[in-house]
Amino acid sequence: MPVPTPPTAPTAGVPTIVVVGHGMVGQRFLEALADRGLTAAAGTARVVVLCEEPRPAYDRVRLTSYFSGRTPEELALAEPDFMARHGIELRVGDPAESVDRQARTVTARSGETFSYDTLVLATGSYPFVPPVPGKDAEGCFVYRTVEDLLAIEEYAKGATTGAVVGGGLLGLEAAGALKGLGLATHVVEFAPRLMPVQVDEGGGAALLRTIEDMGLSVHTGVGTQEITADDDGRVTGMSLSDGSSLATDLVVFSAGVRPRDQLARDCGLAVGPRGGIVVDEQCRTSDGDVFAIGECALASDGRVYGLVAPGYEMAQVAAGVIAGQAGAFTGADLSTKLKLLGVDVASFGDAHGAAEGCLDVVYADSRSGVYKKLVIGRDGTLLGGVLVGDADQYGTLRPMTGRVLPVAPEQLVLPAGAGAPVALGPSSLPDEAVICSCHNVSKGAICEHTTLPEVKKCTKAGTGCGSCLKVIGQLLPQPEDQGLCGCFAYTRTELYEIVRTLGVTTYAGLLDSHGRDTARGGDGCEVCKPTVGSIIASLAPTVGASGYVLDGEQAALQDTNDHFLANLQRNGSYSIVPRIPGGEITPEKLIVIGEVARDFGLYTKITGGQRIDLFGARVDQLPLIWTRLVDAGFESGHAYGKSLRTVKSCVGSTWCRYGVQDSVKMAIDLELRYRGLRSPHKLKSAVSGCARECAEARGKDFGIIATAQGWNLYVGGNGGATPRHADLLAQDLSDAELVRLVDRFLMFYIRTADRLERTSTWLDRIEGGLEHVRDVVVHDSLGLCDELERLMADHVAGYRDEWAETVNDPERLRRFVTFVNAPDAPDPSVKFVPERDQVKPDLDILAGPVLAVRTLEGTPS
Amino acid sequence: MTTRTMDTVQDTRTIQLSDGADWLTVCDRALLTPGRGVAALLPDGRQVALFVDRAGRTYAIDNRDPFTGAYVLSRGLVGSAAGRPFVASPLLKQRFDLETGACLDDDEVTVPVFAVRAH
Repeated sequence: MPVPTPPTAPTAGVPTIVVVGHGMVGQRFLEALADRGLTAAAGTARVVVLCEEPRPAYDRVRLTSYFSGRTPEELALAEPDFMARHGIELRVGDPAESVDRQARTVTARSGETFSYDTLVLATGSYPFVPPVPGKDAEGCFVYRTVEDLLAIEEYAKGATTGAVVGGGLLGLEAAGALKGLGLATHVVEFAPRLMPVQVDEGGGAALLRTIEDMGLSVHTGVGTQEITADDDGRVTGMSLSDGSSLATDLVVFSAGVRPRDQLARDCGLAVGPRGGIVVDEQCRTSDGDVFAIGECALASDGRVYGLVAPGYEMAQVAAGVIAGQAGAFTGADLSTKLKLLGVDVASFGDAHGAAEGCLDVVYADSRSGVYKKLVIGRDGTLLGGVLVGDADQYGTLRPMTGRVLPVAPEQLVLPAGAGAPVALGPSSLPDEAVICSCHNVSKGAICEHTTLPEVKKCTKAGTGCGSCLKVIGQLLPQPEDQGLCGCFAYTRTELYEIVRTLGVTTYAGLLDSHGRDTARGGDGCEVCKPTVGSIIASLAPTVGASGYVLDGEQAALQDTNDHFLANLQRNGSYSIVPRIPGGEITPEKLIVIGEVARDFGLYTKITGGQRIDLFGARVDQLPLIWTRLVDAGFESGHAYGKSLRTVKSCVGSTWCRYGVQDSVKMAIDLELRYRGLRSPHKLKSAVSGCARECAEARGKDFGIIATAQGWNLYVGGNGGATPRHADLLAQDLSDAELVRLVDRFLMFYIRTADRLERTSTWLDRIEGGLEHVRDVVVHDSLGLCDELERLMADHVAGYRDEWAETVNDPERLRRFVTFVNAPDAPDPSVKFVPERDQVKPDLDILAGPVLAVRTLEGTPS
Repeated sequence: MTTRTMDTVQDTRTIQLSDGADWLTVCDRALLTPGRGVAALLPDGRQVALFVDRAGRTYAIDNRDPFTGAYVLSRGLVGSAAGRPFVASPLLKQRFDLETGACLDDDEVTVPVFAVRAH
């Protein structure tokens, strides 16, 4: 066939493929072409891409992450050299304006005309704005592109309240963005629940509670009737269908999307009655030379898919067909898992239980906002489900859809810790189960590879939404080398045993005797030095090493925080946290802290652990500050160490009318007992005086809650990024029984945990879990308890305050200078600017590579 | 109570830095702890991070951590990987080769190196 090619084309004589649209699906299509060798670089095709937006394809699914600090560049999908490498002509900011199917040309906005042999429409969709009066007022936005985000961000600077029309997936994303911009945020949803497409009534209710708890105002079951504006045409509010009105400065419409099919309509291609370019199973439109893929296409099953995964599949199919391969897109799974405003939401398969005779298995805990529903067929087949608040099982449940579950379904929805929860491991999945639904990759395909980077490269699994990464990790063979780092082939636990049994007292000794051959005699690394330093410090009194962290070689092992006994902050200054056991402090001591902070110009803030953090000290100020604190009776709070931080307490039975035990006294006793204990990671604790649990003990590594009979001990709790409630280890303990059990628990943890492994992950990791730990520390199944108690007794007897030892030793104080050649010169890069009556770091001073400072000659010496 | 490990022969050498032309005496060699760094201030206001490794070799690189802008590289931990000495920034832990200044975790980042000797 005659191939009309522009004279300038470097690829004369080969067919031209014109792609209209460079969104996520457009880019995926280009990658699929490249995979099949259909590019100019391969000499097989000229590929021209017309892109409307001013930037190449980016990850629209993660658009909201722009507000959490990602730049538009970081959202880019294609590697920077992708177009050049494949000789693809990408024309950014030059959308297609018209198509002449007779002449087989596309004309772009720039006026340039491109002849095509094959045309691929990937024009995506546009946000639907309901036709309400006032919808064009200033301050009305949609939420689709980076440019939309930038406009919202700019306008929000002058706003205090924002409203989102639409409580679906994108609407909640937009609401999260508005909240993140500091606006009081409303969500208005016409349906009676949030996310009506994905979740059922119960799931919507759980979602609603959690989202309202975050401070968002949700209005369901009401429509938007009008957007009101002031005389300048700026949004002032909206009136709702229930007769109420809402004052708002800004409105974001997120009421669904519609396929962008205008270009197709204009050139006479068939479109569906409700929009969408009609395509067959090969993604061909009514014109055999024209394809349509993604959200603009009306697939052969009569649906327009608004999710990226089906779009990717269409891109693969179309590229394959163009390359002469067989393939078909017949419809897709609408399973989704996402994190909206920090809440996990997932739905898969027949989430609404539409199949005849199906049964629901539901677990709902409205207190914690968890809702789980599995839809089970009559024969026990898993048909689908909804998970809100805790969607960890999505990765294994979704691939099980259409199969009979290997365990009773109710066991899968119960929370961990209740009854006998069953973890359905990925090993129980059949080979053909789809693990990555974004890229339609089966377990069998993943198991052909051995490393995650290889899986991503060869199958693309895990490169879409990422919700399957955890399962992929469990499917891959575990690396054989469990060694701590490049210097040691042993794990931390093994190194602990070596140090303990051989009585090793130096890092260099351990490296030269037990390091890898290539590492012996070397300098170690930043991973093993602090780890071994911590092990030796934990065992110091027992193996006969110095317990002082700055002694001799130990000084060179510690991270800077341990080295200077303070916490390094972003501008190179340090913060100081004196120990305040149990959070109890006298007025006199409070005054001393205030005076020290005032005299040294420190920023002060109350910590989450019932202490006071003093920020902004220079290295050379640390000894001066601590001299005053030590004189007033303060000790190091070890906020810098992998060691016990605090034991929080509520006020307990001495004051509180509900208290049943003296929680403050117990917290002080425990904090003084375990202070300075070096461990694999930091340790936090709390003691509550009654079951009301005001000290939040169940969020701690070891938490104690008073009962009328004594104390309950909970272990393995955590806050932070992966919160976990502590598990009950033993109950109704006397004071002495409690202390003895905590001694054993902590020493067993220190002995067996990995580097930087908190008790919560340790408890989940070790074989046998909580039951095993209980056997060892309560029932003494390994006969270890005497030794564990002895190790702790050694620690308690050997404890000395690091800061008191430091300020009383001129030799040790010598390290606290900024410059070795100008001990009296303060660090010129540590400067501060005012902020809310205190100070904050002056970061401008750090921005350039050259510091404008006093020179050496100008400093006193 | 505790005994400090000391060389039997006191090291009386000094550490000298070159800023291109002359050698500048910075401190006594004995002030450096193997595996640990110190910072020095040059006459023109630049800051240098000085290190000595286990074998007694000295190194000097710019004290500014290019990833955060803070002048803290002297407070990082020294290690060796494949026989080459490095320091890991105490802030975000990127590693820098002590001989070339090249960042081992980002090909595009390098910090200046200075000539240093024990004399």
